[in-house]
Amino acid sequence: MIPVAFDYHRPASVDEAIELLSDDAKLLAGGHSLLPAMKLRLSSPGALIDIGRIAELNYIREDGGTIAIGATTTHQQIASSDLVSANASALAQAASVIGDPQVRNKGTIGGSLAHADPAADYPAAILALGAEIVVRGSDGGRSIPADEFFIDLFLTALAPDEIITEVRVPAADKSAYVKFPHPASRFAVVGCAAASAGGAVKVAFTGVANAAFRDSGVEAALSGGLSEEGIAAAAARAADGQEVLADHFAGEEYRRHLAKVFARKALATIA
Amino acid sequence: MGVIGQSIKRVEDQRFITGKGRYTDDIALPNSTFAALVRSPHAHAAINNVDTTAAAAADGVVAVFTGADLEAAGVGGLPCGWQVDFKSGDTMKEPAHPVLAATKVRHVGDPVAIVLAESREQAADAAELVVVDYEVLDAVVAATQATAEGAPQLFDDVPNNTPFDWELGDQAATDAALASAAHVTTLEYDNQRLIPNAIEPRCAIGDYDGARDHYTLYTSSQNPHVIRLLMTAFVLGLPEHKVRVVSPDVGGGFGSKIFHYAEEVLVTWCSRQIGRPVKWTASRSEAFLTDAHGRDHHTRVDLGLDADGNFVGLRVKTVANLGAYLSTFAPCVPTYLYGTLLQGLYTTPAVHVDVTGVFTNTTPVDALRGAGRPEATYVLERTVEQAALETGRDPAQLRSQNFIPAFDGVEQEGYQTQVALQYDSGNYGAALEKALAAIGYDELRAEQAQARAAGNGRHIGIGFSTYIEACGIAPSAVVGALGARAGLFESAGVRVQPTGKVTVFTGSHSHGQGHETTFAQVVADGLGVGIEDVDIIHGDTESVPFGMGTYGSRSLAVGGTAIVKSMDKIKEKGAKIAAHLLEAAEEDLEFAEGSWTVKGTDQSIAFGEVALAAYVPHNFPEGLEPGLEFTSFYDPANFTFPFGAHIAVVEVDAETGVVAVRRYVAVDDVGNIVNPMIVEGQVHGGITHGIGQALFEEAVYDDSGQLISGSYMDYVLPRADDLPSFETDHTVTPCPHNPLGVKGAGETGTIGSPPAIVNAVLDALWPLGVRDLAMPLTPQKVWQAIQQAS
Repeated sequence: MIPVAFDYHRPASVDEAIELLSDDAKLLAGGHSLLPAMKLRLSSPGALIDIGRIAELNYIREDGGTIAIGATTTHQQIASSDLVSANASALAQAASVIGDPQVRNKGTIGGSLAHADPAADYPAAILALGAEIVVRGSDGGRSIPADEFFIDLFLTALAPDEIITEVRVPAADKSAYVKFPHPASRFAVVGCAAASAGGAVKVAFTGVANAAFRDSGVEAALSGGLSEEGIAAAAARAADGQEVLADHFAGEEYRRHLAKVFARKALATIA
Repeated sequence: MGVIGQSIKRVEDQRFITGKGRYTDDIALPNSTFAALVRSPHAHAAINNVDTTAAAAADGVVAVFTGADLEAAGVGGLPCGWQVDFKSGDTMKEPAHPVLAATKVRHVGDPVAIVLAESREQAADAAELVVVDYEVLDAVVAATQATAEGAPQLFDDVPNNTPFDWELGDQAATDAALASAAHVTTLEYDNQRLIPNAIEPRCAIGDYDGARDHYTLYTSSQNPHVIRLLMTAFVLGLPEHKVRVVSPDVGGGFGSKIFHYAEEVLVTWCSRQIGRPVKWTASRSEAFLTDAHGRDHHTRVDLGLDADGNFVGLRVKTVANLGAYLSTFAPCVPTYLYGTLLQGLYTTPAVHVDVTGVFTNTTPVDALRGAGRPEATYVLERTVEQAALETGRDPAQLRSQNFIPAFDGVEQEGYQTQVALQYDSGNYGAALEKALAAIGYDELRAEQAQARAAGNGRHIGIGFSTYIEACGIAPSAVVGALGARAGLFESAGVRVQPTGKVTVFTGSHSHGQGHETTFAQVVADGLGVGIEDVDIIHGDTESVPFGMGTYGSRSLAVGGTAIVKSMDKIKEKGAKIAAHLLEAAEEDLEFAEGSWTVKGTDQSIAFGEVALAAYVPHNFPEGLEPGLEFTSFYDPANFTFPFGAHIAVVEVDAETGVVAVRRYVAVDDVGNIVNPMIVEGQVHGGITHGIGQALFEEAVYDDSGQLISGSYMDYVLPRADDLPSFETDHTVTPCPHNPLGVKGAGETGTIGSPPAIVNAVLDALWPLGVRDLAMPLTPQKVWQAIQQAS
């Protein structure tokens, strides 16, 4: 449990951090995914760039109907934010069930999204809420829609020279996140987020496939509305057509079943 | 007075809770080096070559040693402490268990080389530079595959991967009883492998002192004297008196720190080679791979009942997975600690058990909290409940009608079972009655019936376990006849200081049990001194006369009795001194509340004054030696037999398969109780451990022998929010053959609880058609069973 030796940088600004980025360097925020991997020697970067103390990255504010969240905002800050709870409760609920109190007080939203663990909680909420991930690189900044961000297992649309600076979450009318946690890791075996905004409902899953995904089949089946029957019919289509993860704790059949159950629970919460 | 029976707060907790405990890893010797082990990534492979050139040249590296180096130096293999011969009479096959593998590795984590460096970091870096040329071989993982035709063979000299087989009981009588039974309940299942998960990973420091030609080994062990004996006599060939073994504070073990491990040998031997201390601390990953695992049985059981529900015969056939080598006490766990308990609390007239021990390419298996008794209890209690469900009988009534009648072991004789043991004392019906009253059995059944009638999806189940176990191991002559290569007594030195303060040197070793408190209560009660006037010393071969260590819930029954014996000698000598000082006859004195008094007078002398006189013997009985200190060795007359009745209430969510434990009632009988709070803590921890086995814990290997559940990301330990508030109570049936009347309390919860939980889930799902479930009852498994049944 001893990592390979590495250099350590603590830049004072985002620009300074971008300058330090290289193929051999990793960004360190809360460290709750990266450091365990390094201790197991599954990851051995030559340098860590600690952005955890860059003050300009830690905030939650309202910005014209959108909630803007700085990248190093912790899960605990998001879970306990009235602003997030009132406008994007799926995100607050997801933040509140990540790991344990120690993890929630250190882990950050930017770090979690960049890491893109297939069983992480945020991605489902981010997709269902239609958030945008704001990034900055050596060539300037851009904003990536959530639908384009999660690509595959631990793989995102983030370029190697880019840093997530902000997550922009449009206010939803109603939203919810429910999960079936793995009893050891507390990661999502299945997590489902549902959000309604302006009459449209979005449903997204985490833990089910290699990357979190919007479930277009469930969404399409919801044209009948959020009646009990409508929800049951839509939830029954959960994860249809998806290549579903399978492991010792939850094989494919059981995971598909849980996806249906948790789709129903999430939709019932926003009905 | 009356310190026995008081819930005295644990005196050791001040230092533990404030982070002031002194564990092995806290010991920092000057000029120490740090060891990292190169371990096999393969479950089964031949070693063609080990190249240490790059590692030896790496920064900070002091030395690198391989299995070949140890062989050349004449270092022996790790010994096994118990011999179980074949049914045929052939001797147990005992293949070499090298400290470092030289020619072949047999499980993932098998050590191949050791790197010593100036820092832990440098040792870890250099270990990665050792190049081992492996030729990977097919692996065998499951117990049931080990004896299959064409299965990979671990050892050339152990045909069919079978080092022993064993049987107990009357096979012909049992077969006949089952053949004529009105009903036979049959189950076949795995009692899954568990990983011990002590909170403190193992750690060892070797320190050779060239000036004195003397070795010190610091190790996180449950029995330092036995480690010293095994290591000096069987592995390193060192003079025992030139080796000191110290086990300071030890952070849990659950059995896994009983055994003699390769790392203890390595740090001791390496320190001699380089003339510097060598420290090794296991990472959590190494703990998962190399701490001896527990359980891992495959069993078929048949229980016969007559038309009235009386048990007529029990037949058990078990294959026990021993892992890749014979760990220190591995052979006795699935035999003498298992088969002998299969009569349980019942009058079953015919019992037969047949066990085959097998090697596989997995981590060695040995004693884990309960050690054989949880496996035996699961066989019986799961099967008895199944018989009740199959025949439509009430499970409490079915048990009651088959219970051995109450006996106290004094007025009534001990109960002789069909499987070797003679129970000391028991009142099994009383424990069950108390548990039924505590849980409100009739109301619960009414609620269950109502929920079923309503069909509201609430699947409530009630499950029982009435268990017996054997503690206080054991009469040395008996275990010697059964293959133990050690005695199983205990020693205690009690030193009364001139001021009347007392220092106790005990061979028991606390790794969390609270001996410093419980033993102090025993001494305070016996000598009439304050608890604060007693100091308990353990875990150091230099100060403690001898010790067989702590396991099998034996510390109070055996170690505590050794203390009592020494106190008796102190009181006997003290009475001589007191009589002399009081100018009275010894037989006219009585000792109570810390004073000797001349009966019927107010003439008395305090314990402290007698102690002072013993060390300042100006006015002293003629011919009596000065001093007031005695050492005793106690070899028990029999095992002790705690028992109890556990009832679990569960609710199953059929949609997800999640089992919620709603209530848990445990009525245990551990004989007399010295500290009720400590006993309750042991019961709570034990039940939690057992619920862990029933619902969560499982060592999972893939077919190639890789441990899939090798971290806390996958290995599920129970957590507080998985558990109800336990409802615990006791009956008290004193042990008739030790002076404290105690039986042992460290393992009851682990032994009793797994079948109670599984039985409750089966009871909940029986109406849906679910007939069996294998531990752990994971949500997926429960959901699948419901799907298949409906």
